[in-house]
Amino acid sequence: MTVLERFPHRLTLVTGHYGTGKTEFSVNLALALAEAGERAALADLDIVNPYFRSRERRELLEAAGVRLIATSQALADADVPALPAELHALLEDRTVRGVLDIGGDPSGARVLARYRPRIVKEDYRLLYVVNAARPEVRTAERSAEVLRAIETVTGLACTGLVNNTHLCGETTAEDIREGAALAEEVSRLTGIPVACHAAEARFLEALKDLDPFPMEIRMKKPWE
Amino acid sequence: MKREIWKGSEAIAEAAIRAGCRCFFGYPITPQNEIPEYMSLHMPQSGGVFVQAESELAAVNMVYGAAASGVRAMTSSSSPGVSLKQEGISYLAACQLPAVIVNVMRGGPGLGSIQPAQGDYFQATRGGGNGDYRTVVLAPANIQEAVDLTQEAFDIADQYRNPVVLLADGLIGQMMEPIVWKERTPRTLPEKTWAACGRGNRDHNNFITSLLIDAPSCEAHNLELHKKVLEMEKNECRWEEILLDDAEMVLVAYGTPSRVAQTAAENLRRQGIKAGVFRPITLWPYPYARLREIAALDRVKGFLTVEMSLGQMLDDVNLAVAERKPVKFYGRCGGKIPGVSEVERAVQEAWKEVK
Repeated sequence: MTVLERFPHRLTLVTGHYGTGKTEFSVNLALALAEAGERAALADLDIVNPYFRSRERRELLEAAGVRLIATSQALADADVPALPAELHALLEDRTVRGVLDIGGDPSGARVLARYRPRIVKEDYRLLYVVNAARPEVRTAERSAEVLRAIETVTGLACTGLVNNTHLCGETTAEDIREGAALAEEVSRLTGIPVACHAAEARFLEALKDLDPFPMEIRMKKPWE
Repeated sequence: MKREIWKGSEAIAEAAIRAGCRCFFGYPITPQNEIPEYMSLHMPQSGGVFVQAESELAAVNMVYGAAASGVRAMTSSSSPGVSLKQEGISYLAACQLPAVIVNVMRGGPGLGSIQPAQGDYFQATRGGGNGDYRTVVLAPANIQEAVDLTQEAFDIADQYRNPVVLLADGLIGQMMEPIVWKERTPRTLPEKTWAACGRGNRDHNNFITSLLIDAPSCEAHNLELHKKVLEMEKNECRWEEILLDDAEMVLVAYGTPSRVAQTAAENLRRQGIKAGVFRPITLWPYPYARLREIAALDRVKGFLTVEMSLGQMLDDVNLAVAERKPVKFYGRCGGKIPGVSEVERAVQEAWKEVK
């Protein structure tokens, strides 16, 4: 499947429990959209995490033609919960495809509530990222609970699950399959379809049957 | 064993709970907010007590109270917040109270930045508060080690009746890595007969104070404390040697810079420089003796200390090497992390001079 077939909506809102890999997925999705010839923008709306944020990849994104929407450079290293005014440009301009990288848990997703009246007028999809290696959300019940809590604070309905199970550099194909089983179980509990499985390119062959969305690790650690 | 992916700060919190910590008192500060956040949910579920104190001072003094009653207690903060706790740490050491203090370091001095740094090395290793005392300082370089050392910290604290500092830089607190929860063999520890937890059947009250107003008593007390310092120095020293077996150039680094140094050493070997990494795991007691042995080896031509500070651990490296070999330095500070290529360049420069 092409990226546009997988993610046909103009706005993709990426939510989940914190640490599930939302930022990695968001950066990869924005880059894939740009590569497919779309006018792509990535909005860093994470007000929870001080480190490992998509805005740290500004150079990479801009070189690939992705517009990065983030709080002003002056505040790039601060943890003030300020939101970029520029986000409105993304909401207004229907020629742009936007990926919104949202902070973890309901507390991080709360920023979306502020934009809800505008978002519901757009062609959007709210995704929920599942990672079976994250201890707090490794059961389908707990994962579904967090999902429902995110819907409650945002006032938006989730319509797709993303299996992004990984263990940093130690991920195996089996880990991703375990995540696929968890995503299916969350899907069964919630009635929300699995939108895709995300996997590094090295697993594409072993996981052919899952037709994964190919990822390249972009949020590397300083020594990697 | 099941591998899980954990963020450093939350892993430290969970490790403390699994080590039997039953009281956590803290005050929020970036980059370690996930510790109190995690504790606020999970400590009560584990039958323990979580209090968000009104300040760092209040938090460390609550730890003093809990520790005095014989309970395993912990507080956590980041650099400026840990400065505020120093008085309490001195009191804990004076009163021989076991406790664990976590410092997830950020840029300083003063309020500094919220990015990772190691500028609190002197404060952690030289005492920090007033008076003659030391704390064991454990410096993890990955999340698995942060978990293991956090659990170990409680045992060390109980064994010596002394505060133990877990000194992590911001990146260790904020990054995610896979870990396993290992089966631990706890140390055999003495009963806390000194705890002020009610008189019970004792024929005396347990009285805990750091006030020893007459000088001879205060000196005698200091000498007692010093015996423990010597014991800790003897027993608790830890380090790791990476690619050191044939190394001619030795990088010395702890925490995040040790990871950068390792990648740099691997790359340098491909360029023909036999580099290795000496990684202290305890910053106090410092592994002077082993480093001194390495400095005495003929094949070792020189050292490069890499820090996220401007030459603090460098003092200890110099004490160990004692001019047997040249010691060079590369550091970033204020929240900047040394890059792999920067460290490689620093080694190449040093190598030209020392080979």
